[in-house]
Amino acid sequence: MADWLSPAEWDAVRLSLRVALWATVFSLPVGILVAYALARWRFPGREALNVLVHLPLIMPPVVTGYLLLLAFGTRGPVGGFLDSVLGFTFAFRWTGAALAAGVMAFPFMVRAVRLSIEAVDPKLEQAASTLGASRIWVFMTVTLPLILPGMIAGTVLTFAKGMGEFGATITFVSNIPGQTQTIPLAIDLLLETPGGEARAARLAGLSILLAATALALSEWISRRVAARVGGA
Amino acid sequence: MLEVSVRHVFRSFSVDVAFRAPPGVTVLFGRSGSGKTTIINAVAGLLMPDAGRIASGDWTLLDTRRGIRLKPHRRRLGYIFQEGRLFPHLTVRQNLAYGAWFAPKGAPREDMGRVVDLLGIGHLLDRRPGALSGGEKQRVAIGRALLSAPRLILADEPLAALDEARKAEILPFLERLRDEVNVPILYVSHSATEVARLATTVVALDAGRVIREGPAAEVLGDPAVLPAGAREAGAILTATVAAHHDDGLSELDAGGISLFVPRVSQTPGTAMRVRIAAHDVILSRGRPDGLSALNILPGVVSEIRSGAGPGAIVAVDTGAGRLLARITQRSARALALAPGTEAHAIVKTVSVAPSDIGGGETTAVLS
Repeated sequence: MADWLSPAEWDAVRLSLRVALWATVFSLPVGILVAYALARWRFPGREALNVLVHLPLIMPPVVTGYLLLLAFGTRGPVGGFLDSVLGFTFAFRWTGAALAAGVMAFPFMVRAVRLSIEAVDPKLEQAASTLGASRIWVFMTVTLPLILPGMIAGTVLTFAKGMGEFGATITFVSNIPGQTQTIPLAIDLLLETPGGEARAARLAGLSILLAATALALSEWISRRVAARVGGA
Repeated sequence: MLEVSVRHVFRSFSVDVAFRAPPGVTVLFGRSGSGKTTIINAVAGLLMPDAGRIASGDWTLLDTRRGIRLKPHRRRLGYIFQEGRLFPHLTVRQNLAYGAWFAPKGAPREDMGRVVDLLGIGHLLDRRPGALSGGEKQRVAIGRALLSAPRLILADEPLAALDEARKAEILPFLERLRDEVNVPILYVSHSATEVARLATTVVALDAGRVIREGPAAEVLGDPAVLPAGAREAGAILTATVAAHHDDGLSELDAGGISLFVPRVSQTPGTAMRVRIAAHDVILSRGRPDGLSALNILPGVVSEIRSGAGPGAIVAVDTGAGRLLARITQRSARALALAPGTEAHAIVKTVSVAPSDIGGGETTAVLS
Protein backbone atom coordinates (compact mmCIF):
# COMPACT_ATOMS: atom_id res chain seq x y z
CA MET A 1 0.00 0.00 0.00
CA ALA A 2 2.77 2.38 0.93
CA ASP A 3 4.40 1.52 -2.43
CA TRP A 4 1.42 3.05 -4.15
CA LEU A 5 3.11 6.44 -3.83
CA SER A 6 6.82 7.22 -3.84
CA PRO A 7 8.44 8.51 -0.61
CA ALA A 8 8.56 11.99 -2.10
CA GLU A 9 4.87 11.81 -2.90
CA TRP A 10 4.05 10.63 0.63
CA ASP A 11 6.04 13.63 1.85
CA ALA A 12 3.81 15.88 -0.23
CA VAL A 13 0.66 14.29 1.21
CA ARG A 14 1.88 14.58 4.81
CA LEU A 15 3.02 18.13 4.21
CA SER A 16 -0.32 19.09 2.67
CA LEU A 17 -2.20 17.72 5.67
CA ARG A 18 0.12 19.54 8.07
CA VAL A 19 -0.12 22.83 6.18
CA ALA A 20 -3.92 22.63 5.94
CA LEU A 21 -4.23 21.66 9.60
CA TRP A 22 -2.20 24.58 10.91
CA ALA A 23 -3.81 27.00 8.50
CA THR A 24 -7.20 25.90 9.88
CA VAL A 25 -6.17 25.90 13.54
CA PHE A 26 -5.03 29.52 13.30
CA SER A 27 -7.83 30.71 11.05
CA LEU A 28 -10.63 29.45 13.28
CA PRO A 29 -10.26 31.70 16.36
CA VAL A 30 -9.16 34.73 14.33
CA GLY A 31 -11.95 34.06 11.84
CA ILE A 32 -14.57 33.90 14.62
CA LEU A 33 -13.32 37.19 16.08
CA VAL A 34 -13.31 38.96 12.69
CA ALA A 35 -16.69 37.48 11.72
CA TYR A 36 -18.18 38.59 15.05
CA ALA A 37 -16.76 42.08 14.66
CA LEU A 38 -18.10 42.39 11.11
CA ALA A 39 -21.51 40.98 12.04
CA ARG A 40 -22.13 42.76 15.35
CA TRP A 41 -19.88 45.74 15.92
CA ARG A 42 -20.06 49.16 14.35
CA PHE A 43 -16.58 50.72 14.30
CA PRO A 44 -14.58 52.97 11.99
CA GLY A 45 -12.68 50.90 9.46
CA ARG A 46 -15.26 48.11 9.46
CA GLU A 47 -15.72 48.36 5.69
CA ALA A 48 -11.95 48.44 5.21
CA LEU A 49 -11.57 45.28 7.31
CA ASN A 50 -14.28 43.62 5.27
CA VAL A 51 -12.45 44.45 2.03
CA LEU A 52 -9.09 43.34 3.44
CA VAL A 53 -10.49 39.97 4.49
CA HIS A 54 -12.02 39.38 1.08
CA LEU A 55 -9.07 40.60 -0.99
CA PRO A 56 -7.38 37.18 -1.33
CA LEU A 57 -10.62 35.89 -2.82
CA ILE A 58 -10.62 38.53 -5.55
CA MET A 59 -6.94 39.23 -6.24
CA PRO A 60 -4.88 36.92 -8.43
CA PRO A 61 -3.28 34.40 -6.01
CA VAL A 62 0.12 35.28 -7.38
CA VAL A 63 -0.39 38.85 -6.14
CA THR A 64 -1.31 37.61 -2.66
CA GLY A 65 1.83 35.46 -2.68
CA TYR A 66 3.91 38.41 -3.79
CA LEU A 67 2.51 40.65 -1.03
CA LEU A 68 3.20 37.91 1.51
CA LEU A 69 6.76 37.71 0.22
CA LEU A 70 7.16 41.47 0.60
CA ALA A 71 5.78 41.48 4.16
CA PHE A 72 6.88 38.12 5.54
CA GLY A 73 10.05 37.44 3.53
CA THR A 74 13.27 37.48 5.54
CA ARG A 75 13.87 41.05 4.41
CA GLY A 76 10.25 42.13 4.77
CA PRO A 77 9.20 44.27 7.76
CA VAL A 78 7.24 41.54 9.58
CA GLY A 79 9.28 38.56 8.41
CA GLY A 80 12.56 40.32 9.20
CA PHE A 81 11.42 41.10 12.73
CA LEU A 82 10.18 37.56 13.40
CA ASP A 83 13.35 36.09 11.90
CA SER A 84 15.86 38.22 13.79
CA VAL A 85 14.05 38.61 17.13
CA LEU A 86 12.15 35.33 17.55
CA GLY A 87 14.10 33.15 15.14
CA PHE A 88 10.87 32.23 13.38
CA THR A 89 10.97 32.04 9.60
CA PHE A 90 8.14 31.91 7.06
CA ALA A 91 10.19 32.25 3.88
CA PHE A 92 10.70 28.99 1.98
CA ARG A 93 9.47 26.89 4.92
CA TRP A 94 6.34 24.82 5.43
CA THR A 95 5.24 27.51 7.93
CA GLY A 96 5.14 29.94 5.01
CA ALA A 97 3.03 27.48 3.03
CA ALA A 98 0.66 27.28 5.99
CA LEU A 99 0.50 31.09 6.19
CA ALA A 100 -0.27 31.36 2.48
CA ALA A 101 -2.94 28.66 2.75
CA GLY A 102 -4.45 30.35 5.81
CA VAL A 103 -4.60 33.77 4.17
CA MET A 104 -6.14 32.39 0.99
CA ALA A 105 -8.72 30.36 2.90
CA PHE A 106 -9.53 33.07 5.46
CA PRO A 107 -12.41 34.65 3.48
CA PHE A 108 -14.18 31.28 3.40
CA MET A 109 -13.87 30.91 7.15
CA VAL A 110 -15.09 34.44 7.85
CA ARG A 111 -18.02 34.19 5.44
CA ALA A 112 -19.27 30.90 6.84
CA VAL A 113 -19.00 32.02 10.46
CA ARG A 114 -20.39 35.49 9.81
CA LEU A 115 -23.50 34.11 8.12
CA SER A 116 -24.21 31.91 11.11
CA ILE A 117 -23.59 34.76 13.58
CA GLU A 118 -26.01 36.94 11.67
CA ALA A 119 -28.57 34.15 11.96
CA VAL A 120 -28.34 34.15 15.78
CA ASP A 121 -31.17 36.21 17.26
CA PRO A 122 -29.60 38.95 19.44
CA LYS A 123 -32.71 38.70 21.59
CA LEU A 124 -31.48 35.33 22.84
CA GLU A 125 -28.19 36.93 23.85
CA GLN A 126 -30.12 39.70 25.63
CA ALA A 127 -32.15 37.06 27.45
CA ALA A 128 -28.93 35.40 28.60
CA SER A 129 -27.57 38.72 29.88
CA THR A 130 -30.72 39.38 31.93
CA LEU A 131 -30.21 35.93 33.47
CA GLY A 132 -26.82 37.00 34.78
CA ALA A 133 -24.40 36.00 32.02
CA SER A 134 -21.62 38.46 31.27
CA ARG A 135 -20.70 39.16 27.65
CA ILE A 136 -18.06 36.46 27.49
CA TRP A 137 -20.41 33.91 29.09
CA VAL A 138 -23.19 34.88 26.71
CA PHE A 139 -20.80 34.23 23.85
CA MET A 140 -19.58 30.89 25.23
CA THR A 141 -22.98 29.50 26.26
CA VAL A 142 -25.36 30.93 23.66
CA THR A 143 -23.62 32.38 20.60
CA LEU A 144 -20.92 29.74 20.18
CA PRO A 145 -23.20 26.68 20.40
CA LEU A 146 -25.63 28.30 17.96
CA ILE A 147 -22.95 29.07 15.36
CA LEU A 148 -21.39 25.61 15.58
CA PRO A 149 -22.75 24.51 12.18
CA GLY A 150 -21.21 27.61 10.57
CA MET A 151 -17.92 26.98 12.35
CA ILE A 152 -17.82 23.43 11.06
CA ALA A 153 -18.61 24.54 7.53
CA GLY A 154 -15.91 27.22 7.74
CA THR A 155 -13.38 24.75 9.13
CA VAL A 156 -13.95 22.24 6.35
CA LEU A 157 -13.81 24.88 3.63
CA THR A 158 -10.60 26.27 5.11
CA PHE A 159 -9.04 22.86 5.38
CA ALA A 160 -9.97 21.92 1.81
CA LYS A 161 -8.73 25.25 0.50
CA GLY A 162 -5.53 24.79 2.51
CA MET A 163 -4.96 21.37 0.93
CA GLY A 164 -5.39 22.77 -2.56
CA GLU A 165 -3.79 26.21 -2.42
CA PHE A 166 -1.35 26.70 -5.26
CA GLY A 167 -0.70 30.18 -6.61
CA ALA A 168 0.09 32.15 -3.47
CA THR A 169 2.10 29.25 -2.03
CA ILE A 170 4.38 28.76 -5.01
CA THR A 171 4.96 32.51 -5.29
CA PHE A 172 5.66 33.01 -1.59
CA VAL A 173 7.64 29.90 -0.62
CA SER A 174 8.51 28.30 -3.96
CA ASN A 175 8.34 24.57 -4.70
CA ILE A 176 10.81 22.80 -2.39
CA PRO A 177 10.33 19.04 -1.94
CA GLY A 178 9.80 18.09 1.69
CA GLN A 179 9.52 21.70 2.77
CA THR A 180 6.93 23.56 0.70
CA GLN A 181 5.90 21.03 -1.93
CA THR A 182 2.26 20.28 -1.10
CA ILE A 183 0.12 17.97 -3.27
CA PRO A 184 -0.86 20.59 -5.87
CA LEU A 185 2.74 21.74 -6.21
CA ALA A 186 3.89 18.14 -6.59
CA ILE A 187 1.25 17.55 -9.27
CA ASP A 188 2.40 20.68 -11.06
CA LEU A 189 6.00 19.48 -11.05
CA LEU A 190 5.05 15.95 -12.17
CA LEU A 191 3.07 17.31 -15.08
CA GLU A 192 6.19 19.07 -16.30
CA THR A 193 8.31 15.95 -15.87
CA PRO A 194 8.38 13.54 -18.84
CA GLY A 195 6.49 10.32 -17.91
CA GLY A 196 5.13 11.83 -14.68
CA GLU A 197 1.52 11.96 -15.80
CA ALA A 198 0.47 8.67 -14.25
CA ARG A 199 1.86 9.68 -10.90
CA ALA A 200 0.27 13.10 -11.21
CA ALA A 201 -3.05 11.39 -11.83
CA ARG A 202 -2.65 9.26 -8.68
CA LEU A 203 -1.98 12.36 -6.58
CA ALA A 204 -4.91 14.15 -8.22
CA GLY A 205 -7.17 11.20 -7.38
CA LEU A 206 -5.92 11.24 -3.82
CA SER A 207 -6.63 14.92 -3.37
CA ILE A 208 -10.14 14.45 -4.74
CA LEU A 209 -10.65 11.62 -2.26
CA LEU A 210 -9.41 13.72 0.67
CA ALA A 211 -11.61 16.66 -0.30
CA ALA A 212 -14.69 14.48 -0.74
CA THR A 213 -14.09 12.76 2.62
CA ALA A 214 -13.73 16.10 4.40
CA LEU A 215 -16.95 17.39 2.84
CA ALA A 216 -18.92 14.25 3.71
CA LEU A 217 -17.64 14.36 7.27
CA SER A 218 -18.64 17.98 7.70
CA GLU A 219 -22.10 17.39 6.23
CA TRP A 220 -22.62 14.57 8.69
CA ILE A 221 -21.46 16.62 11.68
CA SER A 222 -23.47 19.67 10.61
CA ARG A 223 -26.63 17.60 10.31
CA ARG A 224 -26.16 16.18 13.80
CA VAL A 225 -25.46 19.61 15.26
CA ALA A 226 -28.35 21.23 13.40
CA ALA A 227 -30.71 18.54 14.69
CA ARG A 228 -29.58 19.30 18.23
CA VAL A 229 -29.82 23.07 17.90
CA GLY A 230 -33.07 22.97 15.95
CA GLY A 231 -34.89 21.18 18.73
CA ALA A 232 -36.84 17.89 18.57
CA MET B 1 -40.38 49.44 47.22
CA LEU B 2 -38.98 49.88 43.75
CA GLU B 3 -38.74 53.47 42.60
CA VAL B 4 -38.44 54.16 38.91
CA SER B 5 -37.85 57.41 37.10
CA VAL B 6 -36.85 57.32 33.46
CA ARG B 7 -36.42 60.00 30.86
CA HIS B 8 -35.52 59.10 27.30
CA VAL B 9 -36.00 60.89 24.00
CA PHE B 10 -36.44 58.96 20.77
CA ARG B 11 -36.65 60.61 17.38
CA SER B 12 -40.41 60.96 17.34
CA PHE B 13 -41.36 59.99 20.85
CA SER B 14 -40.25 60.63 24.38
CA VAL B 15 -40.73 58.88 27.69
CA ASP B 16 -40.70 60.81 30.95
CA VAL B 17 -42.07 58.84 33.87
CA ALA B 18 -41.69 58.37 37.59
CA PHE B 19 -43.60 55.82 39.64
CA ARG B 20 -43.32 53.44 42.58
CA ALA B 21 -43.84 49.71 42.51
CA PRO B 22 -44.88 48.33 45.92
CA PRO B 23 -44.67 44.57 46.61
CA GLY B 24 -46.97 42.45 44.46
CA VAL B 25 -47.67 42.90 40.77
CA THR B 26 -47.30 46.40 39.34
CA VAL B 27 -48.81 46.55 35.88
CA LEU B 28 -47.64 49.15 33.39
CA PHE B 29 -50.92 49.55 31.56
CA GLY B 30 -51.37 51.38 28.30
CA ARG B 31 -51.83 51.12 24.59
CA SER B 32 -48.95 50.06 22.35
CA GLY B 33 -46.67 53.03 21.86
CA SER B 34 -47.34 54.37 25.35
CA GLY B 35 -43.77 53.64 26.44
CA LYS B 36 -44.31 50.47 28.48
CA THR B 37 -41.59 48.41 26.85
CA THR B 38 -39.13 51.32 26.94
CA ILE B 39 -39.58 51.54 30.69
CA ILE B 40 -39.25 47.82 31.35
CA ASN B 41 -36.15 47.60 29.14
CA ALA B 42 -34.62 50.51 31.04
CA VAL B 43 -35.23 48.60 34.26
CA ALA B 44 -33.65 45.50 32.72
CA GLY B 45 -30.66 47.50 31.47
CA LEU B 46 -31.32 46.57 27.84
CA LEU B 47 -31.88 50.26 27.13
CA MET B 48 -29.79 52.98 28.73
CA PRO B 49 -32.07 55.99 29.16
CA ASP B 50 -30.87 59.57 28.81
CA ALA B 51 -31.53 60.15 32.49
CA GLY B 52 -33.13 58.32 35.34
CA ARG B 53 -32.93 56.53 38.61
CA ILE B 54 -34.05 52.98 39.32
CA ALA B 55 -33.57 51.80 42.86
CA SER B 56 -35.09 49.81 45.67
CA GLY B 57 -33.82 50.79 49.09
CA ASP B 58 -30.03 50.80 48.88
CA TRP B 59 -30.06 48.59 45.81
CA THR B 60 -29.44 50.95 42.88
CA LEU B 61 -29.66 49.69 39.32
CA LEU B 62 -29.37 53.02 37.61
CA ASP B 63 -28.64 56.53 38.74
CA THR B 64 -27.46 58.71 35.89
CA ARG B 65 -26.71 61.61 38.21
CA ARG B 66 -24.34 59.48 40.27
CA GLY B 67 -23.02 57.73 37.16
CA ILE B 68 -24.36 54.31 38.17
CA ARG B 69 -25.41 52.16 35.22
CA LEU B 70 -25.39 48.48 36.13
CA LYS B 71 -24.93 46.09 33.23
CA PRO B 72 -27.97 43.83 32.63
CA HIS B 73 -26.18 40.75 33.95
CA ARG B 74 -25.48 42.47 37.28
CA ARG B 75 -29.09 43.49 37.91
CA ARG B 76 -30.38 40.18 39.26
CA LEU B 77 -33.66 40.29 37.37
CA GLY B 78 -35.85 37.60 35.93
CA TYR B 79 -37.19 38.84 32.61
CA ILE B 80 -40.11 37.00 31.01
CA PHE B 81 -40.23 38.03 27.37
CA GLN B 82 -43.25 38.11 25.11
CA GLU B 83 -41.75 35.49 22.80
CA GLY B 84 -40.25 33.30 25.51
CA ARG B 85 -36.71 33.48 24.17
CA LEU B 86 -35.78 30.00 25.37
CA PHE B 87 -32.35 28.78 24.31
CA PRO B 88 -33.01 26.39 21.43
CA HIS B 89 -29.81 24.37 21.93
CA LEU B 90 -30.53 23.57 25.58
CA THR B 91 -33.10 21.22 27.10
CA VAL B 92 -35.90 22.57 29.26
CA ARG B 93 -33.96 21.46 32.34
CA GLN B 94 -30.83 23.30 31.16
CA ASN B 95 -32.87 26.38 30.29
CA LEU B 96 -34.33 26.39 33.79
CA ALA B 97 -30.91 25.97 35.39
CA TYR B 98 -29.25 28.64 33.22
CA GLY B 99 -30.00 31.65 35.41
CA ALA B 100 -29.42 29.79 38.67
CA TRP B 101 -25.88 29.05 37.55
CA PHE B 102 -25.01 32.74 37.41
CA ALA B 103 -26.81 33.72 40.62
CA PRO B 104 -24.64 34.52 43.65
CA LYS B 105 -24.07 31.41 45.71
CA GLY B 106 -25.76 32.73 48.85
CA ALA B 107 -28.78 34.25 47.09
CA PRO B 108 -32.20 33.13 48.33
CA ARG B 109 -33.53 30.95 45.57
CA GLU B 110 -36.56 28.95 44.64
CA ASP B 111 -36.36 25.19 44.68
CA MET B 112 -36.31 23.72 41.16
CA GLY B 113 -38.73 20.94 42.10
CA ARG B 114 -41.22 23.39 43.59
CA VAL B 115 -41.13 25.66 40.55
CA VAL B 116 -41.48 22.70 38.19
CA ASP B 117 -44.55 21.59 40.16
CA LEU B 118 -45.99 25.10 40.33
CA LEU B 119 -45.78 25.43 36.55
CA GLY B 120 -46.64 21.83 35.71
CA ILE B 121 -43.64 21.30 33.44
CA GLY B 122 -42.19 18.13 35.00
CA HIS B 123 -42.90 16.04 31.90
CA LEU B 124 -41.08 18.50 29.62
CA LEU B 125 -37.68 18.61 31.33
CA ASP B 126 -35.75 16.53 28.80
CA ARG B 127 -37.27 18.13 25.71
CA ARG B 128 -35.86 21.00 23.72
CA PRO B 129 -37.85 24.24 23.18
CA GLY B 130 -38.45 23.34 19.52
CA ALA B 131 -40.72 20.52 20.66
CA LEU B 132 -42.89 22.63 22.99
CA SER B 133 -46.21 24.38 22.36
CA GLY B 134 -46.49 28.15 22.81
CA GLY B 135 -48.10 27.81 26.24
CA GLU B 136 -45.49 25.29 27.40
CA LYS B 137 -42.66 27.55 26.22
CA GLN B 138 -44.08 30.46 28.16
CA ARG B 139 -44.40 28.38 31.34
CA VAL B 140 -40.75 27.32 30.99
CA ALA B 141 -39.78 30.97 30.42
CA ILE B 142 -41.56 31.91 33.66
CA GLY B 143 -39.72 29.13 35.48
CA ARG B 144 -36.37 30.16 34.03
CA ALA B 145 -36.86 33.75 35.22
CA LEU B 146 -38.03 32.60 38.63
CA LEU B 147 -35.08 30.22 39.16
CA SER B 148 -32.42 32.84 38.47
CA ALA B 149 -32.85 34.02 42.09
CA PRO B 150 -34.16 37.41 40.93
CA ARG B 151 -34.81 40.37 43.20
CA LEU B 152 -37.40 41.59 40.73
CA ILE B 153 -39.35 39.83 37.98
CA LEU B 154 -40.06 41.68 34.75
CA ALA B 155 -42.72 40.50 32.32
CA ASP B 156 -43.29 42.12 28.93
CA GLU B 157 -46.73 41.07 27.71
CA PRO B 158 -45.93 37.41 28.35
CA LEU B 159 -49.36 36.32 27.13
CA ALA B 160 -49.72 38.55 24.09
CA ALA B 161 -48.43 35.96 21.63
CA LEU B 162 -50.80 33.25 22.87
CA ASP B 163 -54.37 32.43 21.88
CA GLU B 164 -57.22 32.74 24.39
CA ALA B 165 -57.07 29.10 25.46
CA ARG B 166 -53.31 29.32 26.19
CA LYS B 167 -53.80 32.61 28.04
CA ALA B 168 -56.40 30.97 30.24
CA GLU B 169 -53.88 28.18 30.85
CA ILE B 170 -51.08 30.53 31.99
CA LEU B 171 -53.01 33.17 33.96
CA PRO B 172 -53.55 30.94 37.02
CA PHE B 173 -49.78 30.28 37.14
CA LEU B 174 -49.09 34.00 37.15
CA GLU B 175 -51.66 34.44 39.93
CA ARG B 176 -49.91 31.76 41.97
CA LEU B 177 -46.61 33.46 41.26
CA ARG B 178 -48.01 36.70 42.66
CA ASP B 179 -49.55 35.03 45.71
CA GLU B 180 -46.90 32.42 46.55
CA VAL B 181 -43.55 33.87 45.50
CA ASN B 182 -42.16 36.74 47.47
CA VAL B 183 -40.60 38.66 44.57
CA PRO B 184 -42.07 41.91 43.24
CA ILE B 185 -43.23 41.76 39.63
CA LEU B 186 -43.26 44.54 37.06
CA TYR B 187 -45.70 43.53 34.35
CA VAL B 188 -46.36 45.21 31.02
CA SER B 189 -49.80 44.78 29.51
CA HIS B 190 -52.43 46.38 27.33
CA SER B 191 -55.05 43.80 28.23
CA ALA B 192 -57.73 44.91 30.68
CA THR B 193 -58.35 41.28 31.61
CA GLU B 194 -54.73 40.67 32.60
CA VAL B 195 -54.64 43.89 34.59
CA ALA B 196 -57.84 42.98 36.40
CA ARG B 197 -56.63 39.47 37.17
CA LEU B 198 -53.06 40.24 38.19
CA ALA B 199 -52.46 43.82 39.19
CA THR B 200 -51.86 44.87 42.77
CA THR B 201 -50.86 48.31 41.58
CA VAL B 202 -51.59 49.90 38.22
CA VAL B 203 -49.44 52.51 36.53
CA ALA B 204 -51.52 53.83 33.64
CA LEU B 205 -49.46 55.23 30.77
CA ASP B 206 -50.27 57.32 27.76
CA ALA B 207 -47.84 58.75 25.20
CA GLY B 208 -44.83 58.21 27.44
CA ARG B 209 -46.32 59.80 30.57
CA VAL B 210 -47.91 58.38 33.72
CA ILE B 211 -51.55 59.42 33.78
CA ARG B 212 -52.48 57.68 37.03
CA GLU B 213 -50.93 55.26 39.49
CA GLY B 214 -52.35 53.51 42.51
CA PRO B 215 -54.04 50.35 43.79
CA ALA B 216 -55.62 48.40 40.93
CA ALA B 217 -59.26 48.75 41.97
CA GLU B 218 -58.86 52.49 42.42
CA VAL B 219 -57.20 53.16 39.07
CA LEU B 220 -59.50 50.85 37.11
CA GLY B 221 -62.56 52.30 38.88
CA ASP B 222 -61.68 55.83 37.81
CA PRO B 223 -63.76 56.76 34.76
CA ALA B 224 -61.17 59.40 33.83
CA VAL B 225 -58.47 56.78 33.32
CA LEU B 226 -59.08 54.57 30.33
CA PRO B 227 -55.61 53.55 29.18
CA ALA B 228 -56.96 50.95 26.82
CA GLY B 229 -59.89 53.04 25.59
CA ALA B 230 -63.52 53.24 26.69
CA ARG B 231 -64.34 49.89 25.09
CA GLU B 232 -61.99 48.16 27.50
CA ALA B 233 -63.20 50.00 30.60
CA GLY B 234 -64.18 47.89 33.54
CA ALA B 235 -63.94 47.82 37.31
CA ILE B 236 -62.72 45.02 39.55
CA LEU B 237 -64.59 43.68 42.54
CA THR B 238 -62.98 41.56 45.19
CA ALA B 239 -65.06 38.74 46.52
CA THR B 240 -64.92 35.32 48.11
CA VAL B 241 -66.55 32.18 46.80
CA ALA B 242 -69.74 31.65 48.86
CA ALA B 243 -71.30 28.59 47.24
CA HIS B 244 -71.59 26.53 44.07
CA HIS B 245 -75.09 25.89 42.81
CA ASP B 246 -76.48 22.93 40.88
CA ASP B 247 -77.58 25.06 37.94
CA GLY B 248 -73.97 25.80 36.89
CA LEU B 249 -73.59 29.05 38.78
CA SER B 250 -71.26 30.11 41.53
CA GLU B 251 -72.28 32.59 44.16
CA LEU B 252 -69.67 35.08 45.27
CA ASP B 253 -69.81 37.30 48.31
CA ALA B 254 -68.66 40.81 47.53
CA GLY B 255 -68.86 42.99 50.61
CA GLY B 256 -71.98 41.17 51.81
CA ILE B 257 -73.69 41.31 48.45
CA SER B 258 -74.31 38.14 46.46
CA LEU B 259 -72.95 38.03 42.95
CA PHE B 260 -73.89 35.20 40.61
CA VAL B 261 -71.28 34.27 38.00
CA PRO B 262 -70.68 31.29 35.70
CA ARG B 263 -69.24 28.33 37.61
CA VAL B 264 -65.68 28.78 38.92
CA SER B 265 -63.41 25.96 40.05
CA GLN B 266 -62.20 27.50 43.32
CA THR B 267 -63.46 26.10 46.60
CA PRO B 268 -65.81 28.15 48.85
CA GLY B 269 -63.90 30.65 50.95
CA THR B 270 -61.31 31.37 48.24
CA ALA B 271 -60.56 35.02 47.55
CA MET B 272 -61.46 36.05 44.01
CA ARG B 273 -61.33 39.13 41.86
CA VAL B 274 -63.92 39.72 39.18
CA ARG B 275 -63.68 42.19 36.37
CA ILE B 276 -67.03 43.67 35.35
CA ALA B 277 -66.74 45.24 31.90
CA ALA B 278 -68.38 48.68 31.76
CA HIS B 279 -70.33 47.86 28.60
CA ASP B 280 -71.99 44.94 30.40
CA VAL B 281 -73.52 47.11 33.13
CA ILE B 282 -77.02 48.56 32.79
CA LEU B 283 -78.21 51.38 35.09
CA SER B 284 -81.70 51.84 36.46
CA ARG B 285 -83.01 54.56 38.77
CA GLY B 286 -85.65 52.42 40.48
CA ARG B 287 -85.23 48.80 41.47
CA PRO B 288 -86.17 46.90 38.32
CA ASP B 289 -88.82 44.25 38.55
CA GLY B 290 -89.37 41.15 36.44
CA LEU B 291 -85.86 41.27 34.99
CA SER B 292 -83.85 38.26 33.90
CA ALA B 293 -80.52 39.64 35.11
CA LEU B 294 -79.51 38.05 38.40
CA ASN B 295 -77.19 40.72 39.76
CA ILE B 296 -78.83 43.97 40.79
CA LEU B 297 -76.56 46.14 42.93
CA PRO B 298 -77.97 49.28 44.52
CA GLY B 299 -75.55 52.18 44.75
CA VAL B 300 -74.86 55.85 44.35
CA VAL B 301 -73.43 57.58 41.28
CA SER B 302 -70.06 59.07 42.17
CA GLU B 303 -68.81 60.40 38.86
CA ILE B 304 -69.88 60.79 35.26
CA ARG B 305 -67.39 61.17 32.46
CA SER B 306 -68.60 62.03 28.98
CA GLY B 307 -66.39 61.04 26.08
CA ALA B 308 -65.96 62.70 22.71
CA GLY B 309 -68.47 60.29 21.17
CA PRO B 310 -72.04 59.54 22.24
CA GLY B 311 -70.96 57.52 25.29
CA ALA B 312 -70.40 58.26 28.94
CA ILE B 313 -68.73 56.29 31.72
CA VAL B 314 -70.62 56.34 34.98
CA ALA B 315 -68.99 55.26 38.23
CA VAL B 316 -71.41 53.76 40.76
CA ASP B 317 -70.37 52.99 44.31
CA THR B 318 -72.19 49.86 45.42
CA GLY B 319 -71.92 47.75 48.53
CA ALA B 320 -69.79 45.32 46.51
CA GLY B 321 -67.37 48.02 45.40
CA ARG B 322 -67.16 50.57 42.64
CA LEU B 323 -68.56 49.59 39.24
CA LEU B 324 -68.22 51.37 35.93
CA ALA B 325 -71.11 51.51 33.48
CA ARG B 326 -70.74 52.57 29.87
CA ILE B 327 -74.01 54.12 28.71
CA THR B 328 -75.02 56.80 26.20
CA GLN B 329 -75.05 60.43 27.19
CA ARG B 330 -78.69 60.45 26.11
CA SER B 331 -79.52 57.79 28.74
CA ALA B 332 -77.58 59.67 31.38
CA ARG B 333 -79.71 62.75 30.67
CA ALA B 334 -82.96 60.76 30.50
CA LEU B 335 -82.25 59.22 33.91
CA ALA B 336 -81.06 62.58 35.26
CA LEU B 337 -77.92 60.95 36.55
CA ALA B 338 -75.58 63.12 38.57
CA PRO B 339 -73.10 62.54 41.35
CA GLY B 340 -75.12 61.58 44.41
CA THR B 341 -78.03 60.06 42.46
CA GLU B 342 -79.15 56.64 43.61
CA ALA B 343 -78.99 54.02 40.89
CA HIS B 344 -79.07 50.27 40.48
CA ALA B 345 -76.30 48.60 38.54
CA ILE B 346 -77.49 45.53 36.68
CA VAL B 347 -75.03 42.85 35.57
CA LYS B 348 -76.07 39.79 33.58
CA THR B 349 -74.47 36.68 35.00
CA VAL B 350 -73.59 35.27 31.60
CA SER B 351 -71.90 38.48 30.55
CA VAL B 352 -69.16 37.95 33.13
CA ALA B 353 -66.42 36.29 31.08
CA PRO B 354 -64.77 33.30 32.76
CA SER B 355 -61.39 34.81 31.82
CA ASP B 356 -62.31 37.87 33.88
CA ILE B 357 -62.66 35.86 37.09
CA GLY B 358 -59.45 34.86 38.83
CA GLY B 359 -57.91 33.91 42.11
CA GLY B 360 -57.45 36.85 44.44
CA GLU B 361 -54.52 37.71 46.64
CA THR B 362 -54.12 36.51 50.16
CA THR B 363 -53.09 40.06 50.96
CA ALA B 364 -55.65 42.79 50.54
CA VAL B 365 -55.85 44.38 47.12
CA LEU B 366 -56.95 47.73 48.48
CA SER B 367 -54.08 48.72 50.67
